[in-house]
Amino acid sequence: MKQQLSALLLGTALSFAAASGALAQDKTIKIGVLTDNSGLYSDLGGAGSTLAAQMAVEDSGLAAKGWKIDIISADHQNKPDIGTSMARQWIDVEKVDIFMDVLNSGVALAVNNVVKEKNAIMINTGAASSDLTNAQCSPNTIHWVYDTYMLANSTGQALVKAGGDTWYFLTADYAFGHALERDTAAVVTKSGGKVIGAVRHPLNTADFSSFLLQAQASKAKIIGMANAGGDTTNTIKQAAEFGIVAGGQKLAGLLLFITDVNSLGLKVAQGLNFTETFYWDLNDGTRAFSKRFSEKMKNKAMPSMVQAGVYSGLVHYFKALEAMGGNPHDGAKVVAKMKEMPTDDPLFGKGTIRVDGRKLHPAYLFEVKKPEESKGPWDYYKLIGTTPGDQAFRPLSESACPLVKK
Amino acid sequence: MSALTDDTLPASPRAMRDEMIVFVAMAVLLAIVPATGIYPFFVMQALCFALLACAFNLLIGFGGLLSFGHAMFLGSAGYFTAHAVKEWGVSPEIGIIIGTAGAAVLGVITGYVSIRRQGIYFSMITLALSQLLYFIYLQAPFTHGEDGIQGIPQGKMFWVLDLSKPTILYYVVLVGFLAGFLLIFRTINSPFGEVLKSIRENEQRAISLGYKTDQYKLMAFILSGTIAGFAGSLKVFVAQNASLTDVHWTMSGEIVLMTLVGGLGTIFGPVVGAFIIIAMQQYLAGFGQWVLVIQGVIFVACVLTFRRGLVGEIGHYFRRSL
Amino acid sequence: MQALYAQLLVGLINGSFYALLSLGLAVIFGMLNIINFAHGALYMMGAFTAYFLLNLFGIGYWWALLIAPIVVGIFGMILERTMLQWLAGLDHLYGLLLTFGIALIVQGVFQNYFGSSGLPYAIPDELKGGMNLGFMFLPIYRGWVVVFSLVVCLATWFLIEKTRLGAYLRAATENPTLVRAFGINVPRMITLTYGLGVGLAALAGVLSAPINQVRPLMGADLIIVVFAVVVIGGMGSIMGSIITGFALGVIEGLTKYFYPEASNTVVFVLMVLVLLIKPTGLTGRAA
Repeated sequence: MKQQLSALLLGTALSFAAASGALAQDKTIKIGVLTDNSGLYSDLGGAGSTLAAQMAVEDSGLAAKGWKIDIISADHQNKPDIGTSMARQWIDVEKVDIFMDVLNSGVALAVNNVVKEKNAIMINTGAASSDLTNAQCSPNTIHWVYDTYMLANSTGQALVKAGGDTWYFLTADYAFGHALERDTAAVVTKSGGKVIGAVRHPLNTADFSSFLLQAQASKAKIIGMANAGGDTTNTIKQAAEFGIVAGGQKLAGLLLFITDVNSLGLKVAQGLNFTETFYWDLNDGTRAFSKRFSEKMKNKAMPSMVQAGVYSGLVHYFKALEAMGGNPHDGAKVVAKMKEMPTDDPLFGKGTIRVDGRKLHPAYLFEVKKPEESKGPWDYYKLIGTTPGDQAFRPLSESACPLVKK
Repeated sequence: MSALTDDTLPASPRAMRDEMIVFVAMAVLLAIVPATGIYPFFVMQALCFALLACAFNLLIGFGGLLSFGHAMFLGSAGYFTAHAVKEWGVSPEIGIIIGTAGAAVLGVITGYVSIRRQGIYFSMITLALSQLLYFIYLQAPFTHGEDGIQGIPQGKMFWVLDLSKPTILYYVVLVGFLAGFLLIFRTINSPFGEVLKSIRENEQRAISLGYKTDQYKLMAFILSGTIAGFAGSLKVFVAQNASLTDVHWTMSGEIVLMTLVGGLGTIFGPVVGAFIIIAMQQYLAGFGQWVLVIQGVIFVACVLTFRRGLVGEIGHYFRRSL
Repeated sequence: MQALYAQLLVGLINGSFYALLSLGLAVIFGMLNIINFAHGALYMMGAFTAYFLLNLFGIGYWWALLIAPIVVGIFGMILERTMLQWLAGLDHLYGLLLTFGIALIVQGVFQNYFGSSGLPYAIPDELKGGMNLGFMFLPIYRGWVVVFSLVVCLATWFLIEKTRLGAYLRAATENPTLVRAFGINVPRMITLTYGLGVGLAALAGVLSAPINQVRPLMGADLIIVVFAVVVIGGMGSIMGSIITGFALGVIEGLTKYFYPEASNTVVFVLMVLVLLIKPTGLTGRAA
């Protein structure tokens, strides 16, 4: 059981600390970081998420107060199958109380069901699907960092406001891409812009030239990329080749992360617009955390918003547990407590958790800097707009979540 | 060129008796699993894959046809069953019938196309066909793309068997597995199976003896696909989801690997192989992508050093066919 | 109409990759009777070699075009010497299984060390920019890919069909024992042929590096499409695989314009149609 390795190391250290305090109440917690440790999203979550969890545990000081906290982590390999069987086993055999990260929407939705069935907790910081707090919402799940609705909403609104009023979509031809396109198109139209066309491309396309030619011919001011991962980075790279940005059109990423910008390099990525909810260089709080984080990372990487979310989510979780005084194993009860309390941490600032499990905080629209503007590694973004938390996410009035009373 | 499996031992009454003994022993061992405290979900998953590998083995081990697209049956049947149970609200047994029947229809169509070429071409065609289906499922709305069909209700089978109880589910899966296994076992030892073996050994001769070999191959393909689909339908109730993973070519590769490790053309090899590979995936999950590398190494090692597979080597040592 | 020309041209670019890869497969198949499942992984290694040459040794694109195929070709020849040659005389399917295993290993190792998101490789300065052809903006690099791969394909065809070395090769395919009787070292020829086929894959990898991100899985899905191309064309003739490669690229390009939803399935659908009408493939002899 290799996933226990890190747990053993940390676990023994912490249990020594815990042994000194008297255990009046059940104060043992097991945190499971279920993520992609080696695949497409391993830079986004992966080992960094486990590190963020460890930092949260250390910073909480709970060990000194008699709590015993273990962390285990495993790789779901982006397969819903492996994710569910891992989740079941973790809850049944390892007695895991809370699942962190769980990136990849397919895996997240699968684990969401298991967690609800077995009354554990999931703080999802990695998956994009807004279904987690909509039709599939659960009293045991909190969706912490971002979702597709918010990305579409923030990016669409802000760009139309900045004058990008004609849009052409390059959409990955499957449910996820369609949802992103639909949500963004709605926002664009509502904000007074116009969608003049869209082209659907297959998932994992190596060559985007045909689609880019069509986008170029449309003369739209903004080309919205309703795709993800390798598709997005290839689109950006090839758009540069076809002189699209040089020709005056703007690329808007609807799901793009700082790790993608890092992999593309500023030369190719410059001028891109997209939304994130965390950036290491936002304020003193984020800078202090990120500096500590990056010193401990193997490749000195700055934290992604997914990793930052793991830290922030756990900070709030620990606060709720302290308030409850112990007995952390009733998942729904702990989540209810977490929803009652306002959130506040140095990474995402003040916020709240809504009844449907949606964590609210501001969304930031960034533009990627030109190479000459960047002062060093990981200095990538210019902040060009902020949407307040209560306007960034899907309003409860549009929600299909059964937990929302209407 | 030598045949893919040099299983030269004739099917004798003694061999049949040995196989029945091993079969009963296997059934008893599997039946007491819930009492041992072994985590049942792991065994259930392994059983589904074991049946799948047996179905694949029917084609390669006894028909000489290496399908590199068997995941399409697993995944398709899974999607059909999941959709029927979740969206139409049918009971589990009806869902399984729908999934299995769907796989059979798919087997007719893909079989008709792919048996037109032999050997390596057959493998490439099945691979391409499964990739075609993968893209279709990716785009089709009912599969929910990358999210997959989630939270499938387990329901009550035949009105009384509550599949949400792990022990009941376990025995349902076990019975399904044993039934599928027996069907394959019977097929191999039937006149139909004998003709298949003769086609594998020497197709030209079989043709000159008056057998319409294409029809036999098509029948074997359809049967194999149907049983593979049945395994996929069962798996839906274990995993409670149906996703693209099950139609992807890596899954087809895993099926080949399971059978190769256990022993191509042996009766019990695929079962052993499936348990080994599934256990490996579970316990090596912490290694992430290294799992793929390890699988690759096993592939290479099997092909270079023990082509008979584990069970095949054991059987060879004791001069028994297993 | 203008857009149509543009799509035709763009289709040729993809066709170049299909042609180079299916040509390599055909060369290897002709000599070793093996379908090289590792072809996609070796294509990826070509792209990575170009990346390393640039980032570790400062060796640019032009030298990479020469060096990467040689490096990967040698790697291929080592594979052939240490593993593939032991399969001679066994069922061809073992070759497929072995190379599939090799592909998993190579891709897995690269994925572990370089992640999945990919590494950037810039277009060489000489080929930057583009031309306005009136009906489209053609990046110069893309034009270069088409021309260069066409030249390489024709050179390979010439080497095999028109030279003495090629004549030996073809003879050894037909009757290895007889050729050996003439004092020709057949095993060495097999090794060199495998190296040549692999080198072609690596060359395609270098060509694609500036267009796509250099990713460990860049060849994994591509190889399945190329398999379908090979089934359509049949592996009997060198020219056949070149022409089918380019033709399918163009057809795919047109699909992207008229019905983009089907652009990733069109090659497979064509394969099914060809199998129904002419089971041996368009140019192939019976397998």
